[in-house]
Amino acid sequence: MMSEWPLWEIFIRGQHGGSHRHVGSLHAPDAEKAILNARDVYTRRNEGVSIWAVRAGDITASAPGDKGPLFEPSNSKVYRHPTFFDIPDDVGAM
Amino acid sequence: MYAQQIKTGARRLKSLAEMEPQERAFQEHVDAGSKIEPKDWMPDGYRKTLIRQISQHAHSEIVGQLPEANWISRAPTLERKAILLAKVQDEAGHGLYLYCAAETLGISRDQMLEQLHNGQAKYSSIFNYPTLTWADVGMIGWLVDGAAIMNQVPLQRCSYGPYSRAMVRVCKEESFHQRQGYDSLIKLCRHGTAAQKEMAQDALNRWWWPALMMFGPPDGESVHSAQSMAWKIKQNTNDELRQKFVDQTVPQADYLGLEVPDPDLRWNDARGSYDFGEIDWEEFHRVLGGDGPCNRQRLEDRVRAWEDGAWFRDGLMAHANKKADQKSLGRADAA
Repeated sequence: MMSEWPLWEIFIRGQHGGSHRHVGSLHAPDAEKAILNARDVYTRRNEGVSIWAVRAGDITASAPGDKGPLFEPSNSKVYRHPTFFDIPDDVGAM
Repeated sequence: MYAQQIKTGARRLKSLAEMEPQERAFQEHVDAGSKIEPKDWMPDGYRKTLIRQISQHAHSEIVGQLPEANWISRAPTLERKAILLAKVQDEAGHGLYLYCAAETLGISRDQMLEQLHNGQAKYSSIFNYPTLTWADVGMIGWLVDGAAIMNQVPLQRCSYGPYSRAMVRVCKEESFHQRQGYDSLIKLCRHGTAAQKEMAQDALNRWWWPALMMFGPPDGESVHSAQSMAWKIKQNTNDELRQKFVDQTVPQADYLGLEVPDPDLRWNDARGSYDFGEIDWEEFHRVLGGDGPCNRQRLEDRVRAWEDGAWFRDGLMAHANKKADQKSLGRADAA
């Protein structure tokens, strides 16, 4: 078999604003065809108004083993959440 | 189902106490209902089982286009033709979602296609039956996609993240498939001529049993089924899903005024379910093993489509490489 088309990760921005979200991946020879293929594979029902295609090999991902060192520091900073602070009822909505 | 008789490599189920720490952590993660993602550690058997199941599922979606494609140029109205085209396009999309999910496990697209083309990988037995009349297209939507939904809804909760997410997309689209089939059968059976209704009855006679076989043989005793369920790849036994399908489908046949071709079919008040007759498992194994009415034709069609498309795939790749080279040359010139 001949050389396989490269893999692209596809991100779609939906109708109602919001950010682009990862929807899946597909193979395409180049960026232009990746967008066309993404149109056919991921927006057959009007799911989006904008497509990003990114070469899968260009994505750097955090390693599952790093979960601890990466995310643990935020566990100890509970004061980052508004519910950490007690505001008296008399103050009203805040 | 779309993936039938998936082997897990397991001889018997291991208890948590027997597992090495890594595997125990994995199993506890799964037991807690958490998802496994591509880069997470997983037992070799889990990976292999998923590759087998997801690729078989993907192949079924792709080969599943063929029996219906037979009727795209023969659809009775322009509207039915457009609907059928959209449905067949969806099946291609479902195949692509699934191939991508399988690729996250370390198998390439080309490897999967090679396994399909050389007969090493299976696809659902159901697609090896011929579509002789227009009523068969309705039957496929109603029964085949109906059975697929029955299986795919619980697969949305599968422990492997990419498979589960692909299933969410598939399920959103699948309901249209079943409804368009049933809708076309309503036209034939309730608004059509006697001959049209007879055509629908003939189609039901031919599709009913193969549809029940889609769920695979009874797996109560199977260690593979037990292992798949322990890994939360599978949520229900084959017989549970088959029973659910029969219970849901028989009243729909009644509405059409069609007779389910099973003399043993009767409502069982005590069970709150339909009892039904014995399935011909010899036929199932024959068809899955490659000797059904259309196996050779289906595979030939797939291989030919792949080979006939080679010049196109290679041409686009060559064009993309040329453009990339020109771009980097241009950059070098500018510098």
